[in-house]
Amino acid sequence: MSTETLVGFEEAMEKYDPVLGFEVHVELNTKTKMFSSAPNVFGDEPNTNVNEVCLGLPGVLPVVNRKAVESSILIGLALNCKIAEHCTFARKQYFYPDTPKNFQTSQYEDPICYDGWLDIELEDGTVFRVEIERAHMEEDAGKLTHMGGATGRIQGADYSLVDYNRSGVPLVEIVTKPIEGAGSRAPELAKAYVAAVREIVKNLGVSDARMERGNVRCDANVSLRPHGAEKFGTRTETKNVNSLRAVENAVKFEIQRHAAVLDSGVEITQETRHWHEDTKSTTSGRPKSDADDYRYFPEPDLVPIVTTAEWVEELRSRLPEPPAERRKRLQADWGYTDLEFRDVVNAGLMDEIEETVTAGATAAAARKWWMGEIARRAKLADVDPAALGVSPAVVVEIEKLIASGAINDKLARKVLDGVLEGEGTPAEVVAKRGLAVVSDDGALQKAIDEALAAQPDVAEKIRGGKVQAVGAIVGGVMKVTRGQADAARVRELILATLGVEG
Amino acid sequence: MTVHELIRSSAADMAAKLAAGDITSVELVQAHLDRIAAVDGGERGVNAFLHVNAEEALAVAADVDARRAAGEELHELAGVPIAVKDLIVTKGQPTTAGSKILEGWMSPYDATVVKKLRAARMPILGKTNLDEFAMGSSTEHSAYGPTRNPWDLDRIPGGSGGGSAAAVAAFEAPLALGTDTGGSIRQPGAVTGTVGVKPTYGAVSRYGAIAMASSLDQIGPVSRTVLDSALLQEVIGGHDPQDSTSLTDPSTGLADAARLGNVAGMKIGIIKELHGEGYQAGVENRFNESLELLRGAGAEIVEVSCPNFGYALGAYYLIMPSEASSNLAKFDGVRFGMRALPAEGPLTIERVMAATRAAGFGDEVKRRIILGTYALSAGYYDAYYGSAQKVRTLIQRDFAAAFEQVDVLISPTAPTTAFKLGEKLNDPLAMYLNDVATIPANMAGVPGLTLPGGLADEDGLPVGIQLLAPAREDARLYRVGAVLESLLEAQWGGPILDRAPSLAETPAVEPVETQGTAATAAAKEAN
Repeated sequence: MSTETLVGFEEAMEKYDPVLGFEVHVELNTKTKMFSSAPNVFGDEPNTNVNEVCLGLPGVLPVVNRKAVESSILIGLALNCKIAEHCTFARKQYFYPDTPKNFQTSQYEDPICYDGWLDIELEDGTVFRVEIERAHMEEDAGKLTHMGGATGRIQGADYSLVDYNRSGVPLVEIVTKPIEGAGSRAPELAKAYVAAVREIVKNLGVSDARMERGNVRCDANVSLRPHGAEKFGTRTETKNVNSLRAVENAVKFEIQRHAAVLDSGVEITQETRHWHEDTKSTTSGRPKSDADDYRYFPEPDLVPIVTTAEWVEELRSRLPEPPAERRKRLQADWGYTDLEFRDVVNAGLMDEIEETVTAGATAAAARKWWMGEIARRAKLADVDPAALGVSPAVVVEIEKLIASGAINDKLARKVLDGVLEGEGTPAEVVAKRGLAVVSDDGALQKAIDEALAAQPDVAEKIRGGKVQAVGAIVGGVMKVTRGQADAARVRELILATLGVEG
Repeated sequence: MTVHELIRSSAADMAAKLAAGDITSVELVQAHLDRIAAVDGGERGVNAFLHVNAEEALAVAADVDARRAAGEELHELAGVPIAVKDLIVTKGQPTTAGSKILEGWMSPYDATVVKKLRAARMPILGKTNLDEFAMGSSTEHSAYGPTRNPWDLDRIPGGSGGGSAAAVAAFEAPLALGTDTGGSIRQPGAVTGTVGVKPTYGAVSRYGAIAMASSLDQIGPVSRTVLDSALLQEVIGGHDPQDSTSLTDPSTGLADAARLGNVAGMKIGIIKELHGEGYQAGVENRFNESLELLRGAGAEIVEVSCPNFGYALGAYYLIMPSEASSNLAKFDGVRFGMRALPAEGPLTIERVMAATRAAGFGDEVKRRIILGTYALSAGYYDAYYGSAQKVRTLIQRDFAAAFEQVDVLISPTAPTTAFKLGEKLNDPLAMYLNDVATIPANMAGVPGLTLPGGLADEDGLPVGIQLLAPAREDARLYRVGAVLESLLEAQWGGPILDRAPSLAETPAVEPVETQGTAATAAAKEAN
């Protein structure tokens, strides 16, 4: 539990004006690393995707990954940035065991992309322009796992393990200018901004863009100032905010915490904060000041990168449809109302629905499943619907099974259960669980005969022309077949048995 | 030909004898291993080698002999052995950089230049001694004891590549690789009476040379003749996709240039700032003698001024330590090499790193890390690193202006002959001044060559003559160098090394039988 004192969000907003700033790190999905030929692959055995360069062994030299430069330029162009004609790398120096050379090769004075902007659409359709300061190239660090402590933090750990598979993975760090004027919509804007960046890099195909894998990571800067003040308040930088909801929650939490600190007459400590998903709160990290001395100097092992106009224009011609335009097109194609479409976007399900529709489902069926059953289950599981584990292919297959009459809607939900429990494809779940609709007329006839015999008075009424009484017999049959019969077919067979016209 | 004569010939002559079938590579390698066993070890040994690679060298030699016998076409230098400065990483042999912090470390990869030696099938005799991380001008900063100068075992062999120069001067190897950041190939060459070349920056891949100052470091050849260095640079040079700073159009025709044999009509410039005051009289005399010989051969000698060279040493001692402080950050005991634990108190990562670096680095390395860290610090960067880079630009302009007037520049390589071991060890500034004439070439990326210019009158020790050429014009160095070499040797009646005192050979264990002498080499290896 957090020991921080918080002020209610509305109360904080009455007194203070928040200023935000984001540093979003995007891991590129290039085949090899930023400066070495080692594979850039997630999830393999620790320390297998490494070579002497990304281990920082004596004597090694870096070589820039051209593909990573192209991906960086594509990101810059999609963020409406200018592309530097000439840029360099620098060494950012600090000792830490996840950084094999004890310096990070990054860009410092001359980022490859600068001065851009991105229009962010909020839930109610309000458009908010976020200015982009720069997007620069750098390399990721290895992954440290602290063992033996209770918290998984370095404090209290007995020892730490290092996995250098991630060491040297290409990163693009996108830095905004200070974002002013968001007011009480700051948390919502924060989430929408990160979602927009994630969408852009995914759409460009330059990143797998999976936040749960750290492909897109956000550091959120928050400061408060009294309404009307020009000077920014002291900021904190919350690290490790790795889901869209966490971005929103972290910004909201920091606003409430800052307000409480400021209300008590104390100054905000300029520091990094760590976001904790379990307690939905931040805790103090290390103090950070603008005077942190990383002893940057130009990387002498690399030559400057020169971007010709031809190269940049060739890359510009490769840019896919911008997400905002794509959204307009998809909404029109699918025939969703504004509200329906906004719900889909906010649920982060546009790609899934598009894939589902492309794979053959109707737009209505895709929405029914993703926004209905799947979203409901995701909420129960406290995950993003897209991350629940249902693929567009599963939805399409279930829809086909319904359309063919093999299952009905009620059975389809059980099929979804089976898929989520890892029992295989929908067809395999149907087979394993014996969920197919009973369509064997012989089996049904036996059940009907038994039901009619059990309720002779009802059978008599139907024969006498009270066709609406057939429901009671249908109910009996469905009960016997445990819901696996096609009710319409049952009704037909009952009427035929009794010689009555439906 | 006796073994004694064999090891004294040039690499080119050895290659010719191998090609003619007069000798085998196994005989040649064994002769050098015997020589190493005889003169390198013991209290008064040269101590040029930190590791002797007898088994692999003999295996490569045997393979070359078999291939030659089978009629296979081989590289010109195939079967000619070579020593490698222990700053350059090698598979199958330890690489220490002359430091305790890397003691016992085995590189899992070969430097690009080592791959090229292997491709040419040159047997690698072993790894040569150096000042720790190539920081020094005397090889006294090696963690494994100083190398001694074969001309006088009480004197320094220069540095940092004293091991490579001494090995070649003592006939322990015909060829060696060095690295030159501020003179580490050329100054040892000068004080040991050998030839050494710092190629144009980027002409030879640095991949696998443990970096001291990335923008200044360059690998180059060490030999006894100018032609031998040309032949070796042709082996190791060329573009390397693993070194972004390597040139895509490296200089060619180096051996041809060395064989050209004339300098008539060439303009050679004396650098006004690089002789005279501060230079030993005997050095100055030999330098003037070389000028006369070149003039006699039809070259035009003029004086040029490079006014900013006076700032080169100061700027170098800001840029070099700045880059070194960063390059040496990786030596922290986490992933490879030595790890020292703090004597007491908690075992945090910071404390283990600090204890490792405190115990693993020597004083000179620490001095440069501290200097560089300071020079790069916020608030000092512009005044130190920034200003030094401006000086660097001025030095480049001085060279550009000079090379508009002349084809090559000439100067003494070092201001003095070899000094006594220990003489300057406690005076870093005096030590740094040894490189005053060699540093400008590194600052500008231009190539430089040193060749023996004779012996100083006052002490009978070798003097080095330095030639400098514009970037990518390494061939000019070899052309002028080879002519001057032949004129000087004609005057001396043979190579300068003929005048070096013969080293007392430790009685070897039955020096004729292959197994026994390999065992001697192996015993040295164990030391």
